[in-house]
Amino acid sequence: MRIIDGTIAGTIRTERPIASGTNGERRPAALIFLVLLWLSLVVAFGVLIALVVTIIIDGQGQFSWRLFTEFPASSPDRAGARPAILGSAWVIATTAVMTIPLGIAAAVHLEEFADKRNWFNRLIELNVQNLAAVPSIVYGLLALAFLSMLGVRDKNIVMAGALALSLLILPVIIIATREALRAVPSEIRQGSLALGATQWQTVWRQVLPSSVPGIATGAILALSRALGEAAPLLVLGALVFLSFDPNGLLSGYTTLPIQIFNWTGRPQEGFHALAAATSVLLLFLLVIMNGLAIFIRNKFQKRW
Amino acid sequence: MTTVASTGGPAIAPDRPTPPISYFAGRPRPGEFVIRLLLRIAAAITVVTTIGILIALTIPSIGFFAEVPVIEFLFGTRWAPRFADASFGVLPLVTATAWTTFLALLVAVPLGLGAAIFLAEYASPRLRKILKPLLEILAGVPTVVYGYFALQFVQSTVFREWLQLETGAFSVLAAGLVMGVMIVPTIASISEDAMSAVPQAMRQGSAALGANRMQTTLRVVFPAALSGIVAAIVLGISRAVGETMIVAIAAGNQARLVANPLEQGQTMTGFIANAALGDSRVGSIEYDTLFAVGLLLFLITLLINFISIRFVRKFREAY
Repeated sequence: MRIIDGTIAGTIRTERPIASGTNGERRPAALIFLVLLWLSLVVAFGVLIALVVTIIIDGQGQFSWRLFTEFPASSPDRAGARPAILGSAWVIATTAVMTIPLGIAAAVHLEEFADKRNWFNRLIELNVQNLAAVPSIVYGLLALAFLSMLGVRDKNIVMAGALALSLLILPVIIIATREALRAVPSEIRQGSLALGATQWQTVWRQVLPSSVPGIATGAILALSRALGEAAPLLVLGALVFLSFDPNGLLSGYTTLPIQIFNWTGRPQEGFHALAAATSVLLLFLLVIMNGLAIFIRNKFQKRW
Repeated sequence: MTTVASTGGPAIAPDRPTPPISYFAGRPRPGEFVIRLLLRIAAAITVVTTIGILIALTIPSIGFFAEVPVIEFLFGTRWAPRFADASFGVLPLVTATAWTTFLALLVAVPLGLGAAIFLAEYASPRLRKILKPLLEILAGVPTVVYGYFALQFVQSTVFREWLQLETGAFSVLAAGLVMGVMIVPTIASISEDAMSAVPQAMRQGSAALGANRMQTTLRVVFPAALSGIVAAIVLGISRAVGETMIVAIAAGNQARLVANPLEQGQTMTGFIANAALGDSRVGSIEYDTLFAVGLLLFLITLLINFISIRFVRKFREAY
């Protein structure tokens, strides 16, 4: 009886009964379990730290402005990633222009207009979920086959790469936008409709403006995924020795991840160092993009 | 059971899901039909993409299977598409993919579930807010950078220099283990969602019966969230099967049946990436081979994805 009393008393004393240290939390098994949980986090972050340290140490000899100003060369000490940086900028900008409006429009249809009782809309939804998990290299094959059908001989053009990446991140943007739209309370919509606005006016003037932070966050994260992606571009033949700046949608290009892949595959140590230095640059860009996304989310997102 | 008349007012059948808010909205203004049509087209493009993938992969594959019998492709044990005596048995690619996927899961399942349990059941809201984005970084690292890390650090420094393992320049093991780390956030975040969705009352009930947090987690929360956890792992498998750059860089490029993870091997994705580097003429057997392997890859991941989506639905419905 006293034991039961003690247990109950212990439970009442603490604010979070589940977290109370009294009922068996200090048993060896429970402690080992907790240590294992910590260990899984420590190992995961340990690998991340090892990765960052590796590329910084390997690349330290090659951090210089040359990376930004020089073209790839046959000697690692004269080579730079200038066309890859510009190529990444071109491809990502083109991808953004093509895919963000499309993704938002599709998400608005699915979330605001589509009748979920309609089989076609349910099919679209299932389809988007599946597309988000299709291997990225398959999008490369899709773009390759599409361009072959059109009879395009030279597939290593900015437009082709952007097409593959756009299709790749379209489901990501749709899913993020839908979540942002869903976060807008339905009272806002009802209020607008009750004042006589049409449904499109409600979406355009109420729902979309208040979900801009969420959409922007999702779009930036999707673009950062596209920035790090190499496989579909590899299939499209983006692995080339480029001695000029990409300058248009039909221009040849290479991107940062492709350049890293290229240099990693060379036998000379000097190129590995270049690959590591370029990896640091790429990671830095991604951290900035992710930081921006998190900043927008924390700063501008409305809480109802 | 009443049926909803197509032109009628807001009469809703009680046994159907609630209609969208548009059901209650007034009549759109004239130009808005055009806008709605455009939105509908945008959504339909996703379906067009899937159909496009199927067509893009199937048409060259038909050309391929006209020359190579399906049975020989699926069950042949020698993959040498570019040799003079070409052979198109895909099993070497499939076994290498199976190895890297298995090794990746060996890392990702314990680490991902451990992280998920910690975040869902043990971490304070503040700690969770810090740890979650940090964990997401693992998913944000570009796969080429993981590939570099697997090749230069794990394979060449750890395996060859520190552990003195009998292995060459590449190994399936290095690629698989690093891939596992990449998948940790995928498994962790979906499992955590599933565990967080388990009602608090079940934890309280368990605690009231005298269970500690470990017992509550393992015997109450974990079984209750099982379908979500399975979905997370299945999605992790899909990621591992489709991952390209890590294996293209670190697993090697000789297609042969892999018996030992310290050997090199070429996965399905690794083959596509490597073969695409050489310039194949449209319509040639080399070109068609890319798509035949791509089709197999797509069908495998499609199957896995649908299994995962089914399990996710199940846990969404449960609570």
